[in-house]
Amino acid sequence: MKLPIYMDYQATTPVDPRVLEVMVPWFTEKFGNPASRSHPFGWEAEQAVERARAEIATLIGADPREIVFTSGATESNNIAILGIARFHKSRGNHIITTVIEHKAVLDTCRHLESEGFEVTYLPVGTDGRLDPKRLADAINERTILVSVMAANNEIGVIQPLEEIGAICRKRQVHFHTDAAQGVGKMPLDVQALNLDLVSISGHKIYGPKGIGALYVRRRPRVRLQAVMFGGGHERGMRSGTLPTPLIVGLGAACAICSREMAAETARITALRQRMQEGIMKQLTHVAINGSTEYRLAGNLNISFAYVEGESLMMAIKDIAVSSGSACTSASLEPSYVLRALGVNEELAHTSIRFGLGRFTTEEEVDYAVRTVVDAVNRLREMSPLWEMVQEGIDLDSVRWAQH
Amino acid sequence: MAYNDKVLEHYEKPRNVGSMDKNDLQVGTGMVGAPACGDVMKLQIRVNENGIIDDAKFKTFGCGSAIASSSLVTEWIKGKTIDQALSIKNKDIAEELALPPVKIHCSVLAEDAIRSAVEDYRKKQQKGGVDANRV
Repeated sequence: MKLPIYMDYQATTPVDPRVLEVMVPWFTEKFGNPASRSHPFGWEAEQAVERARAEIATLIGADPREIVFTSGATESNNIAILGIARFHKSRGNHIITTVIEHKAVLDTCRHLESEGFEVTYLPVGTDGRLDPKRLADAINERTILVSVMAANNEIGVIQPLEEIGAICRKRQVHFHTDAAQGVGKMPLDVQALNLDLVSISGHKIYGPKGIGALYVRRRPRVRLQAVMFGGGHERGMRSGTLPTPLIVGLGAACAICSREMAAETARITALRQRMQEGIMKQLTHVAINGSTEYRLAGNLNISFAYVEGESLMMAIKDIAVSSGSACTSASLEPSYVLRALGVNEELAHTSIRFGLGRFTTEEEVDYAVRTVVDAVNRLREMSPLWEMVQEGIDLDSVRWAQH
Repeated sequence: MAYNDKVLEHYEKPRNVGSMDKNDLQVGTGMVGAPACGDVMKLQIRVNENGIIDDAKFKTFGCGSAIASSSLVTEWIKGKTIDQALSIKNKDIAEELALPPVKIHCSVLAEDAIRSAVEDYRKKQQKGGVDANRV
């Protein structure tokens, strides 16, 4: 087993060697511009791009003509939200999203508020899921867009997309989902879910960084205003020369997901359960953040009470993970996602996200469990809070000097 | 976050972790910070009859810098008089550990912990009928 162990698959994934292999020729000998119509260099590149487009479409039950290439899910989210809002502003100026969206959605919505749009940020339950009834109640005659993520990046919780899609279709409101974490890891069919726009990322599904896609429904046709202007590529929705090698990589990554998703999900779910049970059998005062039922296979987000997240990460430095603790970010606020679930600030500071994926092994999971258990025990011995709890003091009754 | 070696060294081999009897008249206990803020430091000092801090212990809930700051402080105050201990400033701690700006509050907390422990000790001494001015 090689150290350090990578357990941060929600942050990014390595490129699958099978993906890299098919990308390579498109950097060197097959370097043509897919927009060049006058020679074979362009033709073969265009063919490769179209093949990839079909592979992506297949994964989500779409038509290849509904796939627009972008630089990644952040750009896809920007095009979807800005594009719909600006195109349809004569019809209405109201957008609905949730408080636990990725910053690429939240910041885009915030920006639209400065352009005169009204945004409703719906809360989620303690399990991290949006109640579709709340959404139905929030839609009004000015609502033009609902944007709800497929699966959350921090807690892996999957949203009730089918119910949301049915509501949006019935109320004739565009439905966008940021599926950066969901695509390739859970069944996602744009027809069954009534999705109008879907953001896709390459590097979360063992494809390259710097490439993504946006699904834009054709029937009924979804119209949006471009954000990037230029040569009119991608049917005017996203100008800019298509990066053939990256596109080929994204296509290959999606093709592998289509073939292997079911088996991979089963394998990773078993690993997550092994990890969860290993930790919970040996440690008390630990809590899983977010629904365990509606959850991506590879996400385990746990709070280890009385042990601060960053110091725990230092103690398990052989294992690459991330934390909801404030101390790991530039701001001093703990994770807004965990706070939205009603996790108190103290517990939010103690959370660790373990992200398992395609190349995680049982041996690595077992090593991680041992390391985490040892570290938590050691740090609890050093924790004044743990000492107080052992003495039977109720920490909530203590008057802390806030600073 | 990449830490410098001094923080890592204290974090990996923290000095003087533990607790002393908080009811002991010679022991002053300081507890600063709040769980909601992500750091709580408990610092204890034991002062001998000559007014010298002859032992110090800490327990800290917090990030690596917070643990290192408390560990460093216990090392520094041992063998010092109370006034000498009180003269330790957060700047000294931050400089010694080369803390980045976002971690300065850890050193502030460590300075507060010294004050809080001394205050507790002095209070106890007054209650215990011993002339606190002696130290």
